[in-house]
Formats: sequence, C-alpha cells, structure tokens
Amino acid sequence: MEKITFEQLQEEMYYEKLSNGLDVYILPKKGFNKTYATFTTKYGSIDNHFLPPGKDDYVKVPDGIAHFLEHKLFEKEDGDVFQQFSKQGASANAFTSFTRTAYLFSSTSSVEKNLKTLIDFVQEPYFTEKTVEKEKGIIGQEITMYDDNPDWRLYFGLIQNMYKNHPVSIDIAGTIESISHITKDMLYECYETFYHPSNMLLFLVGPVNPQEIMGLIKENQGKKEYKNQPEIKRRFDVEQAGVAEKKQVLKMNVQTSKCLVGIKAADPTESGREMLKKELSINVMLDILFGKSSENYTELYGSGLIDDTFSYDYTEEQGFGFAMVGGDTNEPDVLASKLESMLMDAKAGRGLTNDNLERTKKKKIGAFLRAVNSPEYIANQFTRYAFNDMDLFEVVPILESLTLDDIKQAADKLIAEERFTVCQVVPKDKN
Amino acid sequence: MAVISESITDMKGYKLHIVKTEKFKTNTIVWKMKAPLTSEDVTKRALLPYVLQSSSKAYPTTSKFRSYLDELYGANLFVDVSKKGEYQVLSFSLEIANEKFLSDPDPLLKKGLQLMAEILVNPLADNEAFDKETVEKEKRTLKQRIQAVYDDKMRYSNFRLIQEMCKDEPYALHVNGEIDDIQQIDEKNLYDYYKKAFKEDELDLFIIGDVDETEVQAIAQELLQFDDRTPKLVKLADGAQVEEKTVKDQEDVKQGKLNIGYRTNVHYGDEDYYALQVFNGIFGGFSHSKLFLNVREKNSLAYYVASRLESHKGLMMVMSGIEFENFELAVKIIREQMEAMKAGEFTDQEIEQTKAVIENQMLETMDTSRGMVEVLYHNVVSRQNVSLDDWLQGMSKTTKEEIVDVAKKVQLDTVYFLTGLEADK
Repeated sequence: MEKITFEQLQEEMYYEKLSNGLDVYILPKKGFNKTYATFTTKYGSIDNHFLPPGKDDYVKVPDGIAHFLEHKLFEKEDGDVFQQFSKQGASANAFTSFTRTAYLFSSTSSVEKNLKTLIDFVQEPYFTEKTVEKEKGIIGQEITMYDDNPDWRLYFGLIQNMYKNHPVSIDIAGTIESISHITKDMLYECYETFYHPSNMLLFLVGPVNPQEIMGLIKENQGKKEYKNQPEIKRRFDVEQAGVAEKKQVLKMNVQTSKCLVGIKAADPTESGREMLKKELSINVMLDILFGKSSENYTELYGSGLIDDTFSYDYTEEQGFGFAMVGGDTNEPDVLASKLESMLMDAKAGRGLTNDNLERTKKKKIGAFLRAVNSPEYIANQFTRYAFNDMDLFEVVPILESLTLDDIKQAADKLIAEERFTVCQVVPKDKN
Repeated sequence: MAVISESITDMKGYKLHIVKTEKFKTNTIVWKMKAPLTSEDVTKRALLPYVLQSSSKAYPTTSKFRSYLDELYGANLFVDVSKKGEYQVLSFSLEIANEKFLSDPDPLLKKGLQLMAEILVNPLADNEAFDKETVEKEKRTLKQRIQAVYDDKMRYSNFRLIQEMCKDEPYALHVNGEIDDIQQIDEKNLYDYYKKAFKEDELDLFIIGDVDETEVQAIAQELLQFDDRTPKLVKLADGAQVEEKTVKDQEDVKQGKLNIGYRTNVHYGDEDYYALQVFNGIFGGFSHSKLFLNVREKNSLAYYVASRLESHKGLMMVMSGIEFENFELAVKIIREQMEAMKAGEFTDQEIEQTKAVIENQMLETMDTSRGMVEVLYHNVVSRQNVSLDDWLQGMSKTTKEEIVDVAKKVQLDTVYFLTGLEADK
C-alpha cells in the first residue's frame, strides 16, 4: 500500500493496485461522521459498440443499456440491495454518465459491512427476463420525467447539435423504444465486458483506518476468481470537426425562454497532465469571460438579457468535449449573438489580462478548498480524473502555474465560429 | 461526547451561534432574518436580499463587489429566501477559505465578516432610498425567478398543491412573492421596508469553522449592532377537521405529477415529533419505504415516489411522477399504505431500519456547514433548545405504539394531479 501526502491540504491518501487489476484508494477524513465509498466502472452511455471478451465480432447494443444495467444490479434473487444497505444504516445510490457507472453508499456506522455489501452486489449480477421487463416501466417513467424537463432537453439538444456520429449525443437513459429491446443476455454481455476489476476503481473517504479497510478489500477480492482480461476494445465512428447543426429551437410548455451557446472542442484527444492543464485553462478562461465580476456579465445582466440562471461550463473526456454558456432569457436570439461575439472577442485576446487571470486563479483555488470539504466531490472527481490519467490533487499546482499565454492559447484553440451551435427552448405560443 | 457543540451568545439585537470544528477547509458565515409570512411583505422580502448582495457603498457596482469576492480567494456569497412554517426566512451565506491552507496569510475570516456587515448595514443607498438601477434590475430577475417555477413541473405541482391545500393560510404564499406586486416596489418603499426588517426581524448570525470564539465575538460586536427587539411569533391554527379534496390541472405535459398533502397535526418540538419522523421514514422517506416498494418496485408505476415533512407547519407531502391513466391506481396504492401505517402493519425490523437511516442522515448533515446551520436553526424557529444528541436519543427511543398514534393523527387533505391535455379521453 502506497501513502501519498498532500501537505498544503493536510490530507493523505492510500493506494494499491490489487492483483486482479482493481485500483483502490482510501482517503481518511478525521472529524467526519460520514464514510462515502464509490465503486466505479469505466463504462458509460457512449460505450455502445465493443468487442465482448473471447468473441470475434463487435456488437452494438441498444441505447440506454449502461444505465439500465445500473438499475438492474440493485436487484438480487432475495430482494433489492437498498434494503440491505438501509438495514445497515446506509443510503445507497448509483449514477451513469457518458463514460462511467458509479455505485455508492454513505454511512456513519457499520462501514465494513456496507463496504462488503457494495463490492459484492456490484460483483454478483442477477438478471432474469421477468425483472428486466419490470424495470422497463420504471425507467420509462424516468425517461418521461426528463422529457418534461426543459433544462435537460436544452442540454441534450445542444449536444445533439454538436455531434453527428459520436454516441455522446445519445440520451444516457435511451428512449422508451430503445430500452424495449434490452434482454437479460445483453445485460450479461455488457456486464462481462465492462465490470472486470481491471476496468474499475474503488474509492473510500471517511473516518476510517486505511490498513484495516485495505485488508478487508483484499480479502474480499482474494476469494473471487477473475481471469485476466485484455484491454477492452471499443469502437467509435469518425466524427466530423464541425457541428452537425447550427441551431435548434424546441417548443415547450414554458413561460421563459432558454438559450445555450455551445462550442464543440477541437480534437479532444489529450489525456493526463496535458488534459488537466487544457481543462483548467478553458475553465479559467470562461470564468474571466463570464464570471460575475466580468464586464460581459455586467453588460448582459444589466441589459436584462440574463438572470441568475446564467451559467457556463466545460466538459471533456477522451473523444469529445464541449463548452456551454447561457441560461433563461427573454430574448434568446439576441443573447445567442451577444455570446458568440463575446467569444470571438476573447479569441482575439480581448479581456484576457494578467489582472483578470491572477484574480481568477485565487477564486479557483478557494473554490477547490470548498470542494474538498465534500467527500462526494473528492470520490467522484478523483475517479473521473483517474480514468483520464489525471490527478485531482494536481489541480492547485497547475492552476498556480497557468500563464496568460496558456489562457490565450486555450481560447484560440477552442473558439471557432464553425464549431459554434445554439439550442433554445421557447414557449409554444411564441413565434 | 456531543456530536457538535454550539455556543450561543446574546449580542446587540441578534444571537451569535458559533460551532467550532476542524472538519472544514473553509469558514462559513450565515446571517438569518426571520419574520411572519404575510401577503403584504412577501414580495419585498423576496427582493431585498438580492438587492443587498448586488452592491454596497464601498463596492458600488456588482462588478467591483464580485471582483473583491474573487480577491478573497473566491469567497462564495449567496442569498436565499425560504419558508419555515409560516415564517419567511432570508439567509445570507458567505463561505471563505481558511487561510491556514493557503500560502498567503491574509486574515480571511475577518475580511469575510467585514464584507457580510458591509452588505447588511452599508447598502448602496442615498436619501433613504436604494440605488434605483439596482432595484429595477433585481425586480426584473425576481419576475423571472417567479415565472421559472411554472417551467419546472415538479416544483410547480408541489407549489399548486400547497396553494390549494392551504388556501386561506399564509403558508399558501409563494416564497418568491407575487408577480403583480413587483411593479409597486420602488427604491424608496423597499428601503423603508429594509429599515423595518432590520428593526423587527429575528436576527441570527452563525459562524462555523476552525475559529477563535473570543475573536469572532469581538469582531461581530464591533461590526454588527442593532436595537433590541421582541420577535413576532406566529400562532398555528390547527385541529380543524379537514375535508378531503381532489384538484386536477391540465397542462401540456408528458408525465402526470401526483402530489398528495396530509396534515400531520404534529410540529417540531412536540412530544410526538420523533415518532412522526420515524413514521414518515417507514411510509415514504426512503428507498426501503412502503411507497417506494409498492408504487415503484412492485407495480412499476413511477421512477420517483417519496414523502417529506414540513415540520414547522405540520404537513407531509407525497410526490410522484406517473402516467396519466395510472392516477386512480397510484392514489389507491398510496392510500392503502397509509391505512397499513394506521393499522400498525409494519415490523420491528422496518422500525429499526428506519431509525438507523434517519440517524445516518442526521449525522451526515453535520458533515456540511450549511447542513449544521439548517439543523441548528430549527431551534430558533420552534423556540426550542433540542441538542443534536437529544434529538438522536428521542428519535431512537420511539416505540411502535407511538408511531401508530402519530399515524392516526395524520389526515389526508388534498390530492393534486397535474395531468396532460389528452388525459380526459
């Protein structure tokens, strides 16, 4: 077991790669009541075209299957695992993103029991035709719920504008039609492919003794047999550089319009430190441009084009990436063109000054300290970073090292008119 | 050992609550102002904190003000307006890095408190009036905030339930106020209201973090002083037999939203309040509860179905998203679960399980500074002095008989259904 110390943060973390390939991280948090653990596989909604182990042909699976599998893992022959966790005083949950499926619990007692329950339920799949059918009704309601949510429709509408071939444009839960094709055999095939320990990461944060916890995990894993699995082969269709659609307007039953401007990232193929630096540079740039202290924000808010729902964000994983800016507005077209011209100005270097950079760095460092108060943030973000060969605890040193040149380069590379796209939600009776 | 230790000091016109803890890498400052919820003031109160947080005398533009927050290592300032029973509570929160985790020895806590005081007592105002432009900008945003409730159908249906259920009670008011009242507000009458609120509201300052209590007291004493006051209290009118009613709205939605409101006739601080907590947990609070198991797991009717308490008002609300044609069936199943609760059809194991999860949830809440403030503030609102240890002990001692007794007090008041345009066919 390796011990890693973060002096400035006064934290330490323990790490070991087990013989079956599982990465285990433990971060003791003294003074906290809660222990939070996540067991995550590098398997998300985009992994829909792959080579199952031992087979010669690639398979393509129905949209929404990773998320469906997440739901189904909770059900066992003798009932559902939620029951087991709550008997042990814990609350459990799970989520599926584009690139990950995470299972988690948090509890303030019986940590060892809960940890075993977590590992075992994820590693013991139980699917039957009957329970698969039953789940279709529940997930159907989940999908319909999102259909009525204008912010979700806006977000996915924007991604669909950007990506023509890449599966990131597929809704994580799929559609009622696509999930109707899911069978128990397909679930097992996905499971066998992606739930091997060598494709997974276990993170535990809380007031625990790392030696004891690591011992328990090793003992648990030692009892289970896993064949070595070669690297998983995924297939992604070639994606064009430009956006698929320049604009999409969704008419919905709302009173206020919404507008997001998106920028599709150019060639998001980095990983590791390079990716971290790029991601932080873009985030700092967006903060300088659109943060509440910026001239742009003052102008947009002052002229009534935006309200306090205004936000901006950058997402990147290997193979896809996008920035988005916007929020509720009464004039979606005016807002879109304003945002685009502000972005083009930034590409020309306007507003990107050393003063702004230094202030934003301080802001980001403070935000990082705030974030590491949260066990959830540490576990979830650390895992995401690790899957991209990045290190969460490098954030502050890299932030400190950013120069104005880094920011300008990031802006220049990201911002390009042909990669802009707009998605709007407008009230049905308007236009 | 106590789970947390809170020290409370009477200051000039307000109470100072300090929780000293080394858990966090930041310090949190929360200022709360409480007054009865009234139709006359609700909209002004909803606007006031947003005007105050947008600028001050020393930082006369939002941009200058926000730049200063960035300089303070991104001190995070936000305001919030909420309902606690029939009170409207304004919260100003500032979370700021603890300088011991920075290479820069800037005394951030003191600067944070100075900034909090600055926005509260030194607003951008002249001749007994706020800055006109600021007020107009924030009026526009408030209007959009009120409208936005309609666009989120989950929030909207919950709001509609309460509106129907509490028709002639102040609780029916929306916390953000009424759109029609906004135009009558101007920089002058809002300033008058600001003066009134700081004279009459019940005021509390919370500081959570690795702080020196004596130092914090001295700073607060220097920065914040107000006149003494006797906070206005709301009398809860209860006990009337309610008549069940069903209300349906039709909208262009794909999923029906079923919201059911119950009167619990039990309030925070009452003897049977702990039993109510456990009752709610067994009935619908968690993923092992009767509602989740029967509506979702057994019948696949919903993705989400849960109940939650409004402890200060004595309400319990069930919410779920279902297909339009499943309305009757879902209501029937939910009613059956309530009958089962009243008939004591739940096991000792369900009780133990629920208690364990509630305790877990409560202790977890104490791992965030905001959670701590919210829990401690229950005592202010209910004028009780329940420590967290008392709370946990009271809850864990609850018996099955007490839970059944509490279940019998719970009355269904209103079934609300937001259904689709085509649903009548």
